[in-house]
Amino acid sequence: MVGILARLSTQVRLAAAPLALAVIIAMVSLVSAQQPTSVDPNAAVVSEQQMLKELNKIQGLGTIPDKKSYVLEHPAGREWREFRTVTLKWIGGIAIIGMVLVLAIFYLWRGPMRVKAGYSGVKILRFDVIERFIHWLTASTFIVLGLTGLNITFGRSLLLPILGLQAFSTWSEAAKYTHNYLSFAFTIGVVVMFLMWLGRNFPTAADVTWVKQAGGMFDKDDSTHAPAYKFNAGQKMLFWLIMMASAAMIVTGFMLLFPFYYGLNIGDMELAEVFHGVVGMLFVSLVVAHIYLGTLGMEGAFEAMSQGTVDVNWAKEHHNLWYAEEVQGGAKSRAKQAMHPAE
Amino acid sequence: MARMKFLCDADRCIECNACVTACKNEHEVPWGINRRRVVTLNDGKPGERSVSMACMHCTDAPCAAVCPVDAFYTTVDAVVLHSKDICIGCGYCFYACPFGAPQYPKIGNFGSRGKMDKCTFCAGGPEADNSKEEYEKYGANRLAEGKLPLCAEMCSTKSLLAGDGDVIAKIYKARVTQRGYGSGAWGWQTAYHESIAT
Repeated sequence: MVGILARLSTQVRLAAAPLALAVIIAMVSLVSAQQPTSVDPNAAVVSEQQMLKELNKIQGLGTIPDKKSYVLEHPAGREWREFRTVTLKWIGGIAIIGMVLVLAIFYLWRGPMRVKAGYSGVKILRFDVIERFIHWLTASTFIVLGLTGLNITFGRSLLLPILGLQAFSTWSEAAKYTHNYLSFAFTIGVVVMFLMWLGRNFPTAADVTWVKQAGGMFDKDDSTHAPAYKFNAGQKMLFWLIMMASAAMIVTGFMLLFPFYYGLNIGDMELAEVFHGVVGMLFVSLVVAHIYLGTLGMEGAFEAMSQGTVDVNWAKEHHNLWYAEEVQGGAKSRAKQAMHPAE
Repeated sequence: MARMKFLCDADRCIECNACVTACKNEHEVPWGINRRRVVTLNDGKPGERSVSMACMHCTDAPCAAVCPVDAFYTTVDAVVLHSKDICIGCGYCFYACPFGAPQYPKIGNFGSRGKMDKCTFCAGGPEADNSKEEYEKYGANRLAEGKLPLCAEMCSTKSLLAGDGDVIAKIYKARVTQRGYGSGAWGWQTAYHESIAT
């Protein structure tokens, strides 16, 4: 009997230790739960102006599934309004019209860059079918995306008075859907272009000379020719600028295409629109310069992207190192053919 | 002419959501569209307040300013309305709106938005007053019938006031004077660039 009691008391003691600990923990947490942490029970009722000053928005809790509706007030929309209705128009206007003016003055002063030695009549392949396809896929979608995008910023001031409310709305709705869907084709074009031309666009020693001479662009006599491989330093800069601008446009564009997805809040959406607008304007301006140099600005350049070929004299003058590579490569492949003559 | 405004007396709002229900039923608003909502601030803490919020029909409305197709117009009662025939569903008015009022039905792929829908102050749209077309696109036009917005009419504690700005400001002022406190006319400074001195 005594033995049983002793055993029991040992068991109770063994069980009591953790039990006592649990009670202490529970009491401590109970006490701390009763303690007000940061809320002052005597605080006055919430004040709208104070809340706005603290956070620049008022966020609460709601009872509907739409989480973004829990933001009661967000006056920052006003700054975004100012950006969209005033700032962006100035940025776009100056960047695009400014670029056109600069190019027009440059053209009038200098005229097109000519092939000094004249055309030889012998052609050499510069861009193969795949390169041209990817270039024009990106280029054509860019032009449509650019125009439909500019419509969102400038259409109401420039086109609406001409077309009238209903016609302008019909056009703008079609433009919105076109802009949304073509973004995918543009993205594919940019990604393939990046992989395709990346290896040719790392800086080389020859680029230093090119930059020092500004590529001979300001030599009206057309006798300055900086050394260049397939892409000269100017084209490489263009490549990297286009890639960076495209990346920014694609990221912010998809944020706008999937609004409020993955926890994006209203501030993020506004910021995405700001970046999309500013980079878009600068991008259009950059491409205007690119189009000028590829058509009016340089004799024989457009053929490279339309036919794929350039005149040998053009290649010697503008891309001498690339020409040398091609001639060597061509000689090698001819030599190979000679070693294994066709039957 | 009256200058129509909403005023939510947050010290009286009990978060019953009758205004939300009244609005949904009166205009047969589709699922997922919330023209009016109730947001609770400091939930469960001292100083908790609930505010019923919808389009405030702002003076110099930001939505109208940023709209790329100029779909908005202001009535003689200073109610901000829009035309669903002009709207292209770009979503910009939501970015500009300080009150999160514009709503969009989700249609098609990705984040494609349909034509915007928002509180009309029970004043319909550009179509003929109380026509079938107007009802289908914008809901009831109570103002044309000489009635005020149903959300405020249904408010169980008369927290939500709708009507001529001067009249409802006077009512609110009298309340604050009598009971001795008031958390202010929520959103008025942002929407109308003026508040009610109490």
